[in-house]
Amino acid sequence: MAEMSVDRKRRRRPEISIFQWLTLALVAAFIIVPFYTTILGGFKSIGELRTNPFGLPASWDPANFTGIIFGTALFRSLWNSLFIACSTVALSVLVSSMAAFALAHIRFFGSKFLMSFFMLGLLFPASTAILPLFIKLRDLGLLDKHLGIIIAQVAFSLAFSIVLFHSFFKRLPGELIDAARMDNCGYLRIYWYITLPLSLPIIATVGVFNFVGSWNSFLLPLIVLNTDTNYTWPLGIMQFQGQYGSDWPKILAYLTLTIIPAIGFFLLAQRYIISGLTGGAVKG
Amino acid sequence: MTTIASSAAISAPRRARRYMDRKSLVPLLLFIPPALILFVVLVVLPMIDAASFSFFDWTGYGPMTDFVGLDNYDDVLSHRHFGTAVRNSLLVIAVSLLVQLPLAMWVSLALVEKRWSVNVIRTLFFLPYMLAEIAAGLIWKFVYDGNYGIIPTVGDAIGMEMPFVLGDKFWVMPAIMLVIVWKYFGFHMMIYIAGLQSIPSEVIEAARLDGVKKWQIVRHIKLPMIWGSIVISVFFSIIGALQLFDLVIPLSNGGPNNSSHTIVTFLYQFGILRMKLGFGGAVSVMLFIACVVITVIYRRLLFSREVD
Repeated sequence: MAEMSVDRKRRRRPEISIFQWLTLALVAAFIIVPFYTTILGGFKSIGELRTNPFGLPASWDPANFTGIIFGTALFRSLWNSLFIACSTVALSVLVSSMAAFALAHIRFFGSKFLMSFFMLGLLFPASTAILPLFIKLRDLGLLDKHLGIIIAQVAFSLAFSIVLFHSFFKRLPGELIDAARMDNCGYLRIYWYITLPLSLPIIATVGVFNFVGSWNSFLLPLIVLNTDTNYTWPLGIMQFQGQYGSDWPKILAYLTLTIIPAIGFFLLAQRYIISGLTGGAVKG
Repeated sequence: MTTIASSAAISAPRRARRYMDRKSLVPLLLFIPPALILFVVLVVLPMIDAASFSFFDWTGYGPMTDFVGLDNYDDVLSHRHFGTAVRNSLLVIAVSLLVQLPLAMWVSLALVEKRWSVNVIRTLFFLPYMLAEIAAGLIWKFVYDGNYGIIPTVGDAIGMEMPFVLGDKFWVMPAIMLVIVWKYFGFHMMIYIAGLQSIPSEVIEAARLDGVKKWQIVRHIKLPMIWGSIVISVFFSIIGALQLFDLVIPLSNGGPNNSSHTIVTFLYQFGILRMKLGFGGAVSVMLFIACVVITVIYRRLLFSREVD
């Protein structure tokens, strides 16, 4: 009820001034135009890009798209990215939730120190350590292997994931765990049967976050992979762009095919992405 | 950190401590090591390695024997493109702070309400942030393309000869910075919106009933109340600017004439591609120290205000 009356008052005195609306419209155009021209550009001929940049294409010729779809490179690279992203998510959710569970619920000597130690990871963005990481992966024999990328990504996402899990686990009602302990239920079973099923929202957040990070990552695969067939899609698209130089309609078609699934995923998972950002950010 | 500390204090008295300690050994041995090993081997040790091989002249093969002291640091600092890279990174920070964040703030003030239409606009503004940097970079490479892109078309329309922005030493950095604003302002907007939404509506209502003007409310109530969000977004802008790589590679690849390098593209180009590991290690260490210093300052700022 209170909210409704607030709402009514807002409507009487509009929150958003005309000047603000104008900015919003300008910013919206600024965001949309590149997307719009990219997606339509795949249907246009190269000459048409210059003569008719904003209009609809003269003919909806899908040749650029079908050429790419029926080639092997795109789907192979998307598949590689998907495999790496899913493995990263599974492994990082498992490993970080276990560690966070132990840090949150089991009292042991040095647990506070260990938590601070993991928090150090928030200081190491992968790009600062990329060079020694490359050497380390080489020494471990993981160059040009997807496994190398996966475990490196998991390692670098640990700090952030553990922080998110830890603060979530701490907020779960402690009585639940005490009661389970009274019933002689071990920590392993508490973790698996009580904590994890209650933690689906945070699992989704950590999962989505790591998925997007992995799906979009470029520097790490660039350094680790060197065989075409192992390439992830960002490497694939850079290679494609290198091959076709300024045959823009082809490149734009390729771009469109890679961003459409990303946009779809984003619209579905938006909620979790935002809660991860703001939740993680506020926890610092 | 504060939440963690305080909640640990709450879960204090545990009965039958000794019994549980014995029982908790096995789970501890199962739960902690996977994370700890990954973290130590792939995060902590590599950073220590970088520090150690920054003192050697090493190409990555064979033993590190050629100790050169601080020569690598000297080489980096006197490298003719390192200054450019640092300057560009600072430029990106400046633009983030002076253009991107005010824009994000301005927009977020208009997009706080939880209405359907507002949600759609918010999602649209956040969309570029979700896009891979590589894709964003290529989209804008097309926009800037001097023959077929949007810039020359606009030039035609207003009767001006437009430069090939990405091939022009002067225009390349402004062009990259525009893409940065395009890509990241939605992220900062989201942080601000989350902050603004957590302000109790009674506070604002009360001020409004007292006749406080809209922009005074913003200045004296809203901005101070989301101080934490602002510090966080400043922090992310700075750290992000120092890490900038993926976006620059498709756009300009550091060119023309190495004029658009950032610290990480510089590291990639001159340390990694040429396998000059000592040199690259020195760059890594400096970058890392910069990140640590900024993080420490950020925590101070964030917590000092919280204590007040």
